[in-house]
Amino acid sequence: MSLSRGAIGWSRENLFSGWGNTLVTLLIIWLAWKLALPFFDWAITKAIWVDPDAQACRAAKGVGACWALITEKHRLILFGTYPFEAQWRPALAVLVLVALYIISALRACWRPWLALAWVAGLGAIGVLMWGGVFGLVYVENERWGGLALTLLLATFGIAFAFPLSILLALGRRSEMPIIRWLSVGYIELIRGVPLISLLFMASVMLPLFLPEGLTVDKLLRAQIAMILFAAAYLAEVVRGGLQAIPRGQYEAAQALGLSYWKSMGFIILPQALRISIPPLVNVFIGFFKDTSLVLIIGLFDLLTTVKVSITEPKWTGYGVEAYLFASAVYFVFCFSMSRYSQALEVSLASSAARTPVKEAG
Amino acid sequence: MIELQAVNKWYGDFQALKNINLSIAKGEKVVVCGPSGSGKSTMIRLINRLEVHQSGKVVVDGIELTDDLKSVEAIRSEVGMVFQSFNLFPHLTVLENLTLAPIWVRRMPKREAEEQAMQYLGRVQIPEQAHKYPGQLSGGQQQRVAIARALCMQPRVMLFDEPTSALDPEMIKEVLDVMIELAKEGMTMVCVTHEMGFARTVADRVVFMDQGEIVEAAPPKEFFAAPKTDRAKLFLSQILGH
Repeated sequence: MSLSRGAIGWSRENLFSGWGNTLVTLLIIWLAWKLALPFFDWAITKAIWVDPDAQACRAAKGVGACWALITEKHRLILFGTYPFEAQWRPALAVLVLVALYIISALRACWRPWLALAWVAGLGAIGVLMWGGVFGLVYVENERWGGLALTLLLATFGIAFAFPLSILLALGRRSEMPIIRWLSVGYIELIRGVPLISLLFMASVMLPLFLPEGLTVDKLLRAQIAMILFAAAYLAEVVRGGLQAIPRGQYEAAQALGLSYWKSMGFIILPQALRISIPPLVNVFIGFFKDTSLVLIIGLFDLLTTVKVSITEPKWTGYGVEAYLFASAVYFVFCFSMSRYSQALEVSLASSAARTPVKEAG
Repeated sequence: MIELQAVNKWYGDFQALKNINLSIAKGEKVVVCGPSGSGKSTMIRLINRLEVHQSGKVVVDGIELTDDLKSVEAIRSEVGMVFQSFNLFPHLTVLENLTLAPIWVRRMPKREAEEQAMQYLGRVQIPEQAHKYPGQLSGGQQQRVAIARALCMQPRVMLFDEPTSALDPEMIKEVLDVMIELAKEGMTMVCVTHEMGFARTVADRVVFMDQGEIVEAAPPKEFFAAPKTDRAKLFLSQILGH
C-alpha cells in the first residue's frame, strides 16, 4: 500500500462519499481558493515591507498590505512612549519575563529555587523599567507602554490574583460563617460588575476617597483593580476543583492529624488544582486579553500603542495591518498558554495511573 | 483508653446515636457489628471526631473531645483510622503517603520517616510497591498500604471502618491477616466489620448495634452461641445463614 493510495482512499471515503458530500467538499475548496489566495497575495506577495515616507504604501493601497507601518512603528507599538534611547530596557525586561515563563513551564524546574528566580527576575525587571540606580535614567511608569506593559499587567495580575483566589475559594467553603459570607460577598460583588467599571472606579473614584496628599499612581490602581477582578473568577474555578475531591480525601488527611492548612496544602489543593488546569488556563487567557481594557483609563498597553501608531497623518488608513499585527502578538501568547496547558494535562495524567481506583465489590 | 458516656447524635430530626455508653480498655479488641444504618460507622467516627456528637462525653486517652482544634488534632495523631474506601492520596507515591504525616505532624526527619515506612510496608508484605502510585495497586494492596499509613503515626488505638467491604473476596484474607497480626501485638482496636470469623478469632468483645443503640455487648463466644436479644438473633441468622 503506498501512502498516496491511502490518502486517496481516505478522501474518497470521507470527502467524496456520495454526491452531497462531494458538492460540499468542492464548494469549500472553491471558497478557500477564492478567499485564501487573495489574502496571501495581499499579505505576502504584493505587500510593502519597508517604506519610511509611506509613498509606496499609498500607491499599493487596497492591493498589498503595508507592513512598512509595523517596520516604522514597531518601537512605539512594543514599548509605547518609553524614552527612545532607553528602550533596550523594556526589551530586556520582556525577555526576562519570557525566560521566566519558559523555566516555569518546565517541570524539571519546579523546585524551590523557581520562586527565588521569580523574585530575582521581577526585581531585575523593576530596576530595568524604573531605573534611577546603576546609572540608569529614572523613567516614571506613566511612560511605560506597549507589549512590556501588557505582559507586566498580565503577569503581576495572575501572580497575585491566583493565590488570592485560592484563599477566596477556601473561604467560600469554610465552616466559619463570617469567612464564608465575606468570601461569597466578595466573589458575587466583583463578578457582578464589568471590569471596565472597576477600572473606572479605580482610576476616578478611588482618588476621591484617599486622604489629601496620599496618591497611588494610576498604573498601580489599574493593576489592583485587575487583580481583584481576576481573583473573583479564578476563585470559582478553584472551588469547582475543590468540590471534585472526594470527601474521603479530606477525612483521611484529618484522621492523620494534619492541620487544616497542611491537609489543604499537601492533599487537597494539589489534586484540586490539577483537575482545574483547563478552566484555569481559560481564565488566564481571558485575563491576558482583558488587560487591553486599561486603554480606557489612559494606559498605553499593546492595543493602545497599536491604535496610536496609525494616528500620524501619513500612516492613517492602515488599521487592518496594525490590528492584524496586534492580533498576531496576542495569539502567540494565548496559543502558547493553551498548548502548554494541554501538554501539562497529558504529562500529569501519564506520569502514573493516578486516579483513585475503587475496587468493584 | 476510650470512654463514650451517654452520647447522642442527630442528623436533623433523625437520631443516629441513642445514649451510647461504651468503655474500651487499653489493648482491648472490640468488633462492632449490626445491620446497615445501625450507627456503627457513626459511632467509630466519633472517636477521632470525624463526626461530632451533640450530647454526652467522648474521652480518648484522657482527653475529652470538644471543639478545641488542638486537642482534636492531638487525638487524631494518636488514633489511626482505616476506611472502607482506602482513601489513599492518589497524587502521592505509596512511600509519600506513609511519610507525609510523620514528617509534618510528628516532625520526624525525612530519612527516619522513610526507614520507618519501609519497615511497616515490610510488615504488610508489600515493600516492593513503595514507589508506585496507589492507582497502580490492587484493592487489597491499597488497603494494606492504608493500614501501614496509619501505623506510621505509631497510634495508640486503631479504628477500622468496614476495612474489607470494598474488596474482592480473594483479597479479604490478605487484609484480615494483617489485622490479626496487629491484634496479636497488643494494639487497641475498634473494628466495624461483618467478618464474623475475624470477630471470633481476635475480638475480646462484640458490640451489636441496631437503630442507633448498643443492643448487646459480650465476648464473641457468648454472643455467637447465645445472643440474648431477638434483634441479635435475627441479625446473626441473616449474616451467617448463607
